[in-house]
Amino acid sequence: MSDRAFSVVRAGALTTVQDLGRPGHAHLGVPRSGALDAPAHRLGNRLVGNPESAATLETMLTGCAVRVRRATTVAVTGAPCPVTVDGRPAPWGAPCHVPAGAVLDAGPATHGLRSYLAFAGGIEAEEVLGSRSTDLLSGLGPDPLTDGAVLPLGDPHGPPAAADAVPHAGPVAELLLPFLPGPRDAWFTEAGLRTLTTGRFRVSPAGNRIGLRTEGPPLERARPGELPSEGMPLGALQVPPNGQPVLFLHDHPTTGGYPVVGVVPERFLAPAAQAVPGTPVRFLRLR
Amino acid sequence: MRPLPVGEHGLLIELDGAEEVEALHAELLRRAAAGALPWAGGGPSERRGEIVPAARTVFLDGLADPRGLIAELATWDIPPLTIAGRPTVEIPVRYDGPDLADVAALWGSTPDEVVRRHSGTAFHVAFCGFAPGFGYLTGLPEPLHVPRRDTPRTKVPVGSVGLAGPYTGVYPRSSPGGWQLIGTTDAVLWDPRREPAALLAPGTRVRFVPVETTL
Repeated sequence: MSDRAFSVVRAGALTTVQDLGRPGHAHLGVPRSGALDAPAHRLGNRLVGNPESAATLETMLTGCAVRVRRATTVAVTGAPCPVTVDGRPAPWGAPCHVPAGAVLDAGPATHGLRSYLAFAGGIEAEEVLGSRSTDLLSGLGPDPLTDGAVLPLGDPHGPPAAADAVPHAGPVAELLLPFLPGPRDAWFTEAGLRTLTTGRFRVSPAGNRIGLRTEGPPLERARPGELPSEGMPLGALQVPPNGQPVLFLHDHPTTGGYPVVGVVPERFLAPAAQAVPGTPVRFLRLR
Repeated sequence: MRPLPVGEHGLLIELDGAEEVEALHAELLRRAAAGALPWAGGGPSERRGEIVPAARTVFLDGLADPRGLIAELATWDIPPLTIAGRPTVEIPVRYDGPDLADVAALWGSTPDEVVRRHSGTAFHVAFCGFAPGFGYLTGLPEPLHVPRRDTPRTKVPVGSVGLAGPYTGVYPRSSPGGWQLIGTTDAVLWDPRREPAALLAPGTRVRFVPVETTL
């Protein structure tokens, strides 16, 4: 393999390759996948001069460390974390130079959950259906990182666009999820719908890239039973029999049989990628 | 036809039955190919949206103007479903599944008769889901519909051919599953390096061809 590559020194709890995903294949049962905190992924790419579609690493909670074979510009965005290069402090949220053979370590998130490592040139893992994203539900794309794995990098695209102020939405103390009701809000009682907008919910520890589970008062159903399977959108608030909404994230199944009480528009989803277990959740009805 | 808005760019269209779903799905594909379904954030020739048929619904996502489409839908003349001229796939099957005898009992017949009826049925893919490349195939008459197993298997081998409710299907990869397994195939249902990746896309006609079991 060429020296445009990095090796994994510390894979961390869960580190995956992500880009903007593979939409357009839901009819074949293929989730869209892609970076959960898309703005952080896009920002990382911009900081190292990549197109926003280049693949980055999405690392969770404990961070990860990699050794680059050739000098590379790297930016760490998303959840704030201590960044070091060969043990020396390096900037977070800004491009930094990593010399050939040096180890870049993105440490545990100090706030939030998911940090992104963008490399000049992007990660050139094999594409599946036009995307390099790891899809944990159906096992498409590169495997989650393991210690010792080697991933190729592309050629740098040129200097990053100049920026003197970088907009960044920090992790939130309360996760606000604005939603549009439907398509199956009629499956819930008026009281059940009121519970959704007035109840105290919090982020459950059982979340993953497929869905963010919430804990709180159960939503009362107006009718029992299951639906015949139907198509499920990103941002669906699907309500399983326990009455507690699950917010469908990027690796969600493309069809499902539990009623969807409302849908959170995609532009409000990035904070959900950063909400740690226990974070209070408030559902806000948009109309 | 009952259209239900889904979020900002989606529409779930509920229909009376599987045939209506397939007829509307075919019409939507025709219109999408002709550039007559405007997607949000994409040019007319660039498919950015999703068209997902399911048991009783077609789900559209990524539409520029879902409410406009609701108004337009009411004026559409949707041709009845024709499956002539669609691609046909033949899938060789060894009818050696662990539930073959149970299915024969549910059908009130013999294992040989199950093989004859299953391989003699003209199936087609009503919709996909569950896993990439998994197609829900319809075609068996109602008296031959069977329930799922009471206890799902924790591991169904790749290539298993199963029955559940109105459907038959082939597991594209090893996974848990509760379908009644009547056979196995070496056909590759899903290969992302192949174009198309899925052997069975919605609308594809399917015949199962019995092959000798090598002992």
